[in-house]
Amino acid sequence: MTDNGKNEQTAKKYEKYVKKVTPTHSLPLNMAKAFLVGGLICVLGQYILNTAETMGLGQEEAGSWCSLILIFLSVLLTGLNVYPKLAKFAGAGTLVPITGFANSVAAPAIEYQKEGQVFGIGCKIFTIAGPVILYGVLSSWILGVVYYVMQLWR
Amino acid sequence: MNERKGHQSISFGEEVYIISGASVVGKKEGEGPLGPCFDEVEKDPLAGAKTWEQAESTLQHRAAVRAIEKAGIKNTDLRMIFAGDLLAQCTASAYNLAQLDVPVYGLFGACSTMGEALSLAAMAVAGGFGEYVMALTSSHFASAEKEFRFPLAYGSQRPLSASWTVTGSGACVLAGEKSGARITGITTGKIVDFGLKDSLNMGACMAPAACDTICTNLQDFSRQPEDYDKIITGDLGSVGQQILFDLLEKQGYDIQRQHLDCGMLIFDDAVQDTHAGGSGCGCSAAVFTAYVLPKIVSGEWKRVLFLPTGALMSKVSFAEGQTVPGIAQAVVVEHVPQEN
Amino acid sequence: MDYINAFWVGGLICALAQILLDKTKLMPGRIMVILVCTGAVLSAFRVYDGFADFAGAGATVPLIGFGHLLYQGVRDAVDESGLLGLFMGGLTASATGISAALIFGYLASLIFRPKMKD
Repeated sequence: MTDNGKNEQTAKKYEKYVKKVTPTHSLPLNMAKAFLVGGLICVLGQYILNTAETMGLGQEEAGSWCSLILIFLSVLLTGLNVYPKLAKFAGAGTLVPITGFANSVAAPAIEYQKEGQVFGIGCKIFTIAGPVILYGVLSSWILGVVYYVMQLWR
Repeated sequence: MNERKGHQSISFGEEVYIISGASVVGKKEGEGPLGPCFDEVEKDPLAGAKTWEQAESTLQHRAAVRAIEKAGIKNTDLRMIFAGDLLAQCTASAYNLAQLDVPVYGLFGACSTMGEALSLAAMAVAGGFGEYVMALTSSHFASAEKEFRFPLAYGSQRPLSASWTVTGSGACVLAGEKSGARITGITTGKIVDFGLKDSLNMGACMAPAACDTICTNLQDFSRQPEDYDKIITGDLGSVGQQILFDLLEKQGYDIQRQHLDCGMLIFDDAVQDTHAGGSGCGCSAAVFTAYVLPKIVSGEWKRVLFLPTGALMSKVSFAEGQTVPGIAQAVVVEHVPQEN
Repeated sequence: MDYINAFWVGGLICALAQILLDKTKLMPGRIMVILVCTGAVLSAFRVYDGFADFAGAGATVPLIGFGHLLYQGVRDAVDESGLLGLFMGGLTASATGISAALIFGYLASLIFRPKMKD
């Protein structure tokens, strides 16, 4: 009766069957939760932006303060073990905002402190943030090259 | 006389008994439906140690010491220990066993390790190679999350098919001297791979292996499911259980009345939010020693097929897009009436 | 009004990402990478400027805003220093966010201990 999975067709068939019998979270409900929490985080961001601007800061500076404060709050909530609980509820609502990025930096830093300053915290702090920074820098560089070439053309 | 049955099974003519079993679990397991059954519930997730890994070792050590005490022997009486855990290179076992000063075989069978350990220990006793032999496994939620998934403070949602790694350890001492539970046979599992890649649905990855081992056991021993009071899988969870029923039905077997799953017994999903059930090699070990073994000894269950299931993947195999093969190691445990 | 726009735009981006999270086997880290790259692309096609004016924090707080920031930094630096700007602008523009996350993350590792889930 064993099929060692070499037969791709049976593997596909089994996968399809498993998908059928495996319960999943309700997508609309999950989306609503993500919408709510993600939206609220953005509102908080907007509040910081507006406050910064009424204090006479420029748009760019206000944006920096906004990131800074949101990241601080996220790291704090991660350390206090609140962020993972919030994320369990909100899913992408806490993953997508910049606070999700901060969580992905703080969580491994806290977890891997036992493995040392350099190869524990130092390496693992980039486990998730590293790829985000790498591909962000790389994709903006590639697009920048296109922009640069187009500027030469003109 | 010991006898080979079919291609994968052994029937023990020589007498092999489980003379003691002990379990130590974490707080969440202690709050579960089986809470009162465990020998010890450790409320501190670090168990007084500095790291999750050391905590797992500590739990394992306590389970081993308790099983030795319950058996009424000294650790030096043990001829050998078969032990394993979920950490890379089985370090939880290594650091525990370094303190016990007993000859050791380290095992890795993922969550099926308790079945593997019991099988090998039973063979050692039946073969006359050890008067007292221990089977011992452990797992820890935090060390497993760290090893296989995300740091604990990382925010993520678990799918409903996901299982919750049990923090705990179980130990059994096997010997030739009579007790209420006798291991009469084993069926060694084959690795079965249906090509599934979803490590967050381990029940589905392991169910085909469980089905294979159950069918083989029934055929090798010429039995029907009804010949067992219970058929108890390790950690298939609710999703894996459904799949196992479906797969067995195709083979012409119906085990719905006999089937229990350690992962589904140890947690109450409705209250504890564990989703599909418990998992890890501490799961089947703790449930077997705390819940299954006493019922066999008391005679409530006369004959039980106990088969821990394992999903054989690593971080690397997952990253490289490999499938998750499954395995299930079966042990037949029977009640022995006490003479006086 | 700006609060309402920030709420529904930011919320909508999260809700769409939730589809990716639930319907594909993509790990959260990959989704973050996808968002940042998407932001850079949208920015390069000049979709982002009007969008950010309209939605405010709803456009800048989600990680696609991070991609936008990176590309915008590269573009401005190219305007200013040409070829060299390609290698300067991105990280300069995103310096606050990256530094803050790393520094606060590190400090958190000094203060907080890993906690068990229950």
